[in-house]
Amino acid sequence: MIDAKTLADHNLTREEYELIVNLIGREPNLTELGIFSVMWSEHCGYKSSRVHLKKFPTRGKYLIQGPGENAGVMDIGDGLAVVFKIESHNHPSYIEPYQGAATGVGGILRDIFTMGARPVAVLDSLRFGPLDQPENRSIMDGVVSGISGYGNSFGVPTVGGEVYFHECYAQNPLVNVCCVGLARKDKLFLARARGVGNAVIYVGARTGRDGIHGATMASAEFGEETEHKRPNVQVGDPFKEKLLLEACLEAMARDLVVGIQDMGAAGLTCSSTEMAAKAGTGMEINLDLVPQREAGMNPYEIMLSESQERMLIVAEPEKVEELKKIFTKWDLEAVVIGKVTDDERLKAYFHGQLVIDIPVKAVVDLCPAYRRPARTPAFLRKVTRFRLPEMPSDLNQVFLQLLASPNISDKEWVFRQYDHMVQVNTMVLPGADAAVLRLKGLKKGLAMTLDGNSLYTYLNPRRGGQIAVAEACRNLACAGATPIGVTNCLNFGNPEKPEIMWQFKQAVEGIAEACRRFEIPVTGGNVSFYNETEGKAIYPTPVLGIIGLVEDTSLVPSAGFRGAGDVIILLGENKEELGGSEYLRLVFSEEKGQPPALNIEKEKRVQECCRQAIRSGLVRTAHDLSEGGLAVALAECSFKGPRRIGFQVKLDDRLRTDALLFGESQSRIILVARKDKARKILALARKMKVRARIIGRTGGRKMVIWHRKKKVVDQPVELGYRAWKNSIPDYFKVKKT
Amino acid sequence: MKFGVVVFPGSNCDYDTFHVLQNVMGQETVFLWHKEHDLRGVDCVVLPGGFSYGDYLRSGAIARFSPIMREVKKFAGSGGLVLGICNGFQILLEAGLLPGAMLRNKNLKFLCQHVHIRIENNRTAFSSAGHRGQVLRIPIAHFDGNYYAPPDLLSQLEKNKQVVFRYCDEIGKLSEEANVNGSAHSIAGLINHQGNVLGMMPHPERASEKILGSEDGKIIFRSMIDYLEKKRGTGKKKATRAFRPTVTPLPPLIGTF
Repeated sequence: MIDAKTLADHNLTREEYELIVNLIGREPNLTELGIFSVMWSEHCGYKSSRVHLKKFPTRGKYLIQGPGENAGVMDIGDGLAVVFKIESHNHPSYIEPYQGAATGVGGILRDIFTMGARPVAVLDSLRFGPLDQPENRSIMDGVVSGISGYGNSFGVPTVGGEVYFHECYAQNPLVNVCCVGLARKDKLFLARARGVGNAVIYVGARTGRDGIHGATMASAEFGEETEHKRPNVQVGDPFKEKLLLEACLEAMARDLVVGIQDMGAAGLTCSSTEMAAKAGTGMEINLDLVPQREAGMNPYEIMLSESQERMLIVAEPEKVEELKKIFTKWDLEAVVIGKVTDDERLKAYFHGQLVIDIPVKAVVDLCPAYRRPARTPAFLRKVTRFRLPEMPSDLNQVFLQLLASPNISDKEWVFRQYDHMVQVNTMVLPGADAAVLRLKGLKKGLAMTLDGNSLYTYLNPRRGGQIAVAEACRNLACAGATPIGVTNCLNFGNPEKPEIMWQFKQAVEGIAEACRRFEIPVTGGNVSFYNETEGKAIYPTPVLGIIGLVEDTSLVPSAGFRGAGDVIILLGENKEELGGSEYLRLVFSEEKGQPPALNIEKEKRVQECCRQAIRSGLVRTAHDLSEGGLAVALAECSFKGPRRIGFQVKLDDRLRTDALLFGESQSRIILVARKDKARKILALARKMKVRARIIGRTGGRKMVIWHRKKKVVDQPVELGYRAWKNSIPDYFKVKKT
Repeated sequence: MKFGVVVFPGSNCDYDTFHVLQNVMGQETVFLWHKEHDLRGVDCVVLPGGFSYGDYLRSGAIARFSPIMREVKKFAGSGGLVLGICNGFQILLEAGLLPGAMLRNKNLKFLCQHVHIRIENNRTAFSSAGHRGQVLRIPIAHFDGNYYAPPDLLSQLEKNKQVVFRYCDEIGKLSEEANVNGSAHSIAGLINHQGNVLGMMPHPERASEKILGSEDGKIIFRSMIDYLEKKRGTGKKKATRAFRPTVTPLPPLIGTF
C-alpha cells in the first residue's frame, strides 16, 4: 500500500499519485512508484519550468537538433556537426565536492558521446562562497580537483568557463559543466528504441546502490539489508568512461547501433522509458541479467541506481555478436538484457516475476506541468532605488583593490589544474574572453564561452538574462566568432515560492528575447531549482553557454597586448552606470541600483564591427568590457600578453571618474591595432554606425589613465600584476608556522 | 621512417602524437594496440601520454605488464629507439627501462602549463637538431612529474650526461620557481645509458604547430627522424617525404588498428 509518508518520501503529491493510478489503471507497486517519482521529478520532468522554457527560440539556420535530445546539435559545414550541452551538479558538489564535480563532468560527457560525438572541450561555471571562509576554500579545492581528476584522465581539455565568489553560494555552490563534442553530420545517433524485436543491450560499468534517492532507500518495505544508507553521491571512474567512449564510437562507426542513451539521472529507468517513448515502441527487460556490483539488489534499486559510466544500446539481433566483440576488446561488459516490443509498455521481470508493467508514454510524456504563481519580490524596491555614494578620493588604490578581487583576479590557480591542451586543438587558452579550438585540417575553428552575472539578475532578472546572452556573444565576437547556438543552465531557488518563480520567469523571458534578437536558437540545457539552504536562496543564476564559428583561425586576436606602440581603440559608449557593479560591491558593500542598460541593436552592431575588423586582419588584441569596467579590461590586456606591457590612456567623457573607470556599461570592446590599421578600424566603425575612438597607446611599464587632464590611475604594471595574479593562490597557501 | 604509437587503455595523447608524427612531420605512423605482441616493423616506438589503466595505482605501474611492453623491452634491448612522453616516461620508469621514479608534483596539484626546458645534451638521438643550452617552450600536463632518484644515481646520471632536458626559466636559468614540479636536479627528460630510450614529462606533440603557440617540440621529432635516416643510410632523400595523408578534424576510427 502506498501511504502518505511513502508519497512524501517520493516527493509526489496526492494529486500526482491519483493521476498515476488513472494512467496505469491500478495502484502502482513501489518500484513503479519509484519510476514515476524520478521521471516526474523537477530534474527529469521540468514540472515547474516547462511552460516557460517554451518561450525560447528553437529554430536557426545552423540547427540540426534542438531541445528534447541528450544534447543540441549545430551544423558547422564540411560534413561536421557540433554537439553541446550544459548540466548542473550543484547539490552533489556541496555534499561531496570531489565526486560531485567529477560525476558532473562524467554525466555531461556521456550526454555528448551518446549522440555519436567525440567530446572535444569542457567548460565550467563555478560559484562558491567567499574564500576567506575555510569551508568555501575546501569546497572549491574539492570541486576543482574533481573536474581535473575526471576530465584530465578521460582526455578532454577543460578550456574555459568562469569562477565567481559570493556569500549566497556559501552553502550552495554551483557547478555547471558544459561539454562540446564534434561529430560527422551523417553519423549522429538518437535515443530511439526502434525496431520491434531488436536487442536491448546494457554496456559499461556494473550497477550498484549508489545514487539512489536517499529518502526512499530508508522506506520500510526493504527490510534489514538496506538499513545502512548508501551515500547519495555517485562515484566516478573516468578510466571506464574513456573506454566506454571509444567502444561506443567504434560500435557506431561500424553501424552496429540503432539507438543509444546514457544512464544518467534516473539510470535504467530514464534510458529505457525515454528510448521506447520516443520511438513509439515498448521494452521488455530482465532485471536478473543487469550486471550488478553488489549482491541482493532489488528491482527498485536496479531501476533507480545512478551508478556512473553505463549506457543502453538498441541493436539488431544479428549484430549483437560483433557489438559484444568491440566491448570485449575495450575490456567492457555488454549484456543483452531485453528486447524492443510493440506494446508501448515497459515490462520488467525479476526472478521470473513481472515486477514492472507501465505505459512508457505516461512516464515520459504525461508528467504534469505547473504554472506556478509568480510575484515580484518586495526587496527589489529597496535595492533598486539607490543614490550613488560619494566618490573615494584615491581611485588609483581602488584600481588595485579591484584587480585583487577574486571575482576579477587571475584564475590560473584553477585552470592549470585542468589539462586544457590535450587533443592538440586549443589555440586560445583559458583566461581569454572565449576559448578557441582549431579544427585539424580546416581553416575554420570553434569558439565557446560560458557567461552569467547573478548580481545583475538579482537586481533585474530580465535584464540579467539579456546581458548574459549579450556578453557571451560579445566574448565570441572578441575571438572573431559568429554565435550559432545556445545552451543554458538556469540555477534558481525554490520554484514553489512565488518570488523565485517570478525571477525565473523574468530571466527566461530576458534570455529568450535576447536569443531571438541575436538569431541564435536555444538547443537545450538544464534547470536546477531548489538551490536553497536553510530557506535562503542563491541569487538567480542563469548561465549561458554559447558556441561560435570562427571563419579563419589564423586571424584570431590575442587577449593581451602584443607589443608596445600599438593603438588602443574603444568601441561603444561609456555611461554613468554603476548599479550592480563589482566596484560598488567591493568598495561600498552595496549590491544596489539597476544593472547597466542594454540596447540589443547597438550591441549587435558593436559585435559585428569587432568581428569585421578581426576578419579584415586589422586587430592584434580584442577584449570585451565586463566586471570592473574599462580600467580592469585595460589591465587584463596588460597582463595577458606574451610580455607584460603598460598603457597610456586619455579620456574626456563628462562622467564621474569612478563610473568611467569601473562602471560596467554594456556594448563596449577594446580593440588594439598597429598604427596604420587603426584608421581603417575607425572608418569601419563609422560605416557601421558604431561609436569608436582612439583612447591611448600601449607601452611602458606603467598603467596610466588620464581623465580630463587629471591623472587618475598610475600604477606599475608589475604591482597590478602581482595583485591580480596572487589573489586566489594566496588564499590557498599553506601557512608556515 | 615508420613510427609506432602504443595505445594502452586510458592513453589519451595517442592520437595527438600520431597526428604530429604523421601530419606534421610527414612520417608513416601506426598505432600499436596494448594486447598485441607485434611491433609491426616500426623504426621507433612512442609511448604517449594519458592515464594508462586509469593510473589508479602508481602512474604506469600496470601498463608495464601489458603484452606490448614485453616487445618494447626487447626492441629497446636491441637498440631500437623508444620515446616516452609524460605517462610514457612514467611507464618507462616502472618498466625499468629508465632509472628513478616519479613523485607527486611538489604543490600536490595537477599542473598544465607551458614551461621552458633547456637542452643539456644535444648529442643524443632525441636532441641533435637543437643546440646545447637551447631553451624550448613546451607544455607539461601531469600530476606525478616530480622526478626522484637517490643521490648516487643522480651523480651517475649527471656524469654520464643522461640528463637531456632540465626545467629552466625563459632565458635558460635554473631556479626553484622554474622547476615547477620539484624534480631532482630539475630533470625534465632523461636518456638511458645506451642512448636509445628517452623519457620526458613535457609534451613535444603539443608544441609542434605554430597555431598552438610553439613549434619547439618538433626539434625532438626532427632529431629522431635524422637519427633513423642516418642509421638506415638513406640520408635526406626525398623518398621519406612521400607519406602525407589528408588531415581530418576527427581521429580515424580507433577500431582499425
